[in-house]
Amino acid sequence: MLSWRLAKEKVMSGVMFFITCASLLLVVAMGIGLCLRSSPILSEISLWDILSANEWKPAKNQFGFFPFIMGTVCVTGISIVLALPVSLFTALFLTEYSHSQVRKFVYPVLDILAALPSVIYGVWGTLIVVPWISGWLAPRFVSEYTSGYTVLAAGTVLAIMILPLLVSMFVEIFSTVPGEMREAAYALGSTRWQLSRRVVMKKSLPGIFATVVLAVSRALGETIAVLMVCGNLPQVPRSLFDACYPLPALIANNYGEMMSMPLYEAALMLAAAILFIVVLLFNLLSRIILKRVED
Amino acid sequence: MPLFQKLSDLKNEDFASPWANDGKSRLYTENLSLSIHGNRILKNISVELPCNKITCIVGPSGCGKSTLLKTFNRLIDMTEGVKISGNVFLGNENIVKAGFDDLTEIRRRIGLVPQRPCPLPMSIYGNIAYGCKIHGVRKRRELNRIVVKYLNEVGLWNEVKNRLRSPAVGLSIGQQQRLCLARSLAVEPEYILADEATSALDPQSSKIVEDLFVRLKEKYSIVMVTHTLHQAMRIADYVIFIYMGEIIETGTADEVFHHPKHELTKNYLSGVFS
Ligand SMILES: Nc1ncnc2c1ncn2[C@@H]1O[C@H](COP(=O)(O)OP(=O)(O)O)[C@@H](O)[C@H]1O
Ligand SMILES: [Mg+2]
Repeated sequence: MLSWRLAKEKVMSGVMFFITCASLLLVVAMGIGLCLRSSPILSEISLWDILSANEWKPAKNQFGFFPFIMGTVCVTGISIVLALPVSLFTALFLTEYSHSQVRKFVYPVLDILAALPSVIYGVWGTLIVVPWISGWLAPRFVSEYTSGYTVLAAGTVLAIMILPLLVSMFVEIFSTVPGEMREAAYALGSTRWQLSRRVVMKKSLPGIFATVVLAVSRALGETIAVLMVCGNLPQVPRSLFDACYPLPALIANNYGEMMSMPLYEAALMLAAAILFIVVLLFNLLSRIILKRVED
Repeated sequence: MPLFQKLSDLKNEDFASPWANDGKSRLYTENLSLSIHGNRILKNISVELPCNKITCIVGPSGCGKSTLLKTFNRLIDMTEGVKISGNVFLGNENIVKAGFDDLTEIRRRIGLVPQRPCPLPMSIYGNIAYGCKIHGVRKRRELNRIVVKYLNEVGLWNEVKNRLRSPAVGLSIGQQQRLCLARSLAVEPEYILADEATSALDPQSSKIVEDLFVRLKEKYSIVMVTHTLHQAMRIADYVIFIYMGEIIETGTADEVFHHPKHELTKNYLSGVFS
């Protein structure tokens, strides 16, 4: 009886270990697979040429990634710039100003917002943000007509998407500031804002940085919602009201279409590999900083 | 005169105080009662905390000593479900009724030394200067002088003068507690509250901080919650004995410790309960 019990224990722990290893290996395998599949184009054109070239004409074997990279960078940058102050103030409001009743109501709402499928954000962006930019905002700043499908629209939608993530992570970080430290600052006569700015945010600075890095890695990879509102024109955006074409949208829009052209497929695979590596690096960086903060 | 004076060369000169402290204000309570979620924690407390004396609040653990201290500077606001009735006065100001604006000034006038030292996340210099900065003292020269003066006051100057810009958490626990004391002195309070301020310290640092309080009573009025009766006996001028949220006995240290009137006080002092 006893040995049977022990045997089961052994088997189960073995199975779980195997499954855990398998899922880790899967990540490695995906990375290797992407690199292998993108090797055909790298043997024809150097990586640097691909990354820096402006022209995207697959029919003429011109695969310039630069517009897509700039599209990704601009959209991500705008989303962070828009979302960071809003999320900081929201998190400060929740942890330092609001009543616990408010928190009990807001935290679940944040979780729901974070769990919404991104296509919903995309639809919302198409219905609200795009017409608002083309009809109201753009005419106030530029003379020529804009469709509204712009870097700004993509950045705005993305900002709203990463907002719940940022807020809940900031709330968590601010909550680790010890109550005694708050008492010490209040006992000297701090206002809540002075406490928030000089103590809570100061103490949380590394955590805030790590959170932003994590949000960047999330924003870099976001596909559907961005693709629906960014305009999908392979050009380097010159203003907020230009259309753009980030890397994930490029892959999602074209993969599976022109598989007859081997170089085209390899180019898309290379885009995926780049995305994979960058997102992985940002994620790791964020985790390393957070780990440091905890110790 | 050199344009830039090295901080560690500054002397402990006297300088004009940035605060308008108009004499000494009395701190006293009138029929103060307090409940948390319906549990009565303090019952009808009427007591005066004398100026320029050390008043020790003693009593068994859980009797409401910390709660009483937190009512004086309204840190009790951070606890949920608190109901206060009665009054606490600092001079003419009713602390219980004070709005948020008045509260920051009241908290400046009533300093706190916490149970465990808690440096703010900034440098040694920044910790001392923090209180002054939040109350609007901006001039670097003035801040420098304040930092030097109060680090001297707690005997920390020679130990830290060469690392004023390094993080305060790098100090030993005993040094941190003196830093916290200097930090609350820097905004020139009239009263200083200390809640078991030496309980987290080793005996040596504990002695240093204790001696500091005795020296400081010349300029400040000190209200201490003590975790050991021995400490109270060593340094108290006045003693308040609280039991189950009620004041059982108050008086000079001699009266309470050597001629207690109340049966509960006698039992407490003889160690029947603690
Ligand atoms: N946040 C709180 N919520 C509920 N009860 C509390 C809270 N803080 C303190 N109390 C109660 O108030 C009483 C007095 O606590 P306290 O003032 O900390 O005692 P002391 O400092 O004398 O040991 C205790 O019975 C404690 O249970
Ligand atoms: Mg206590």
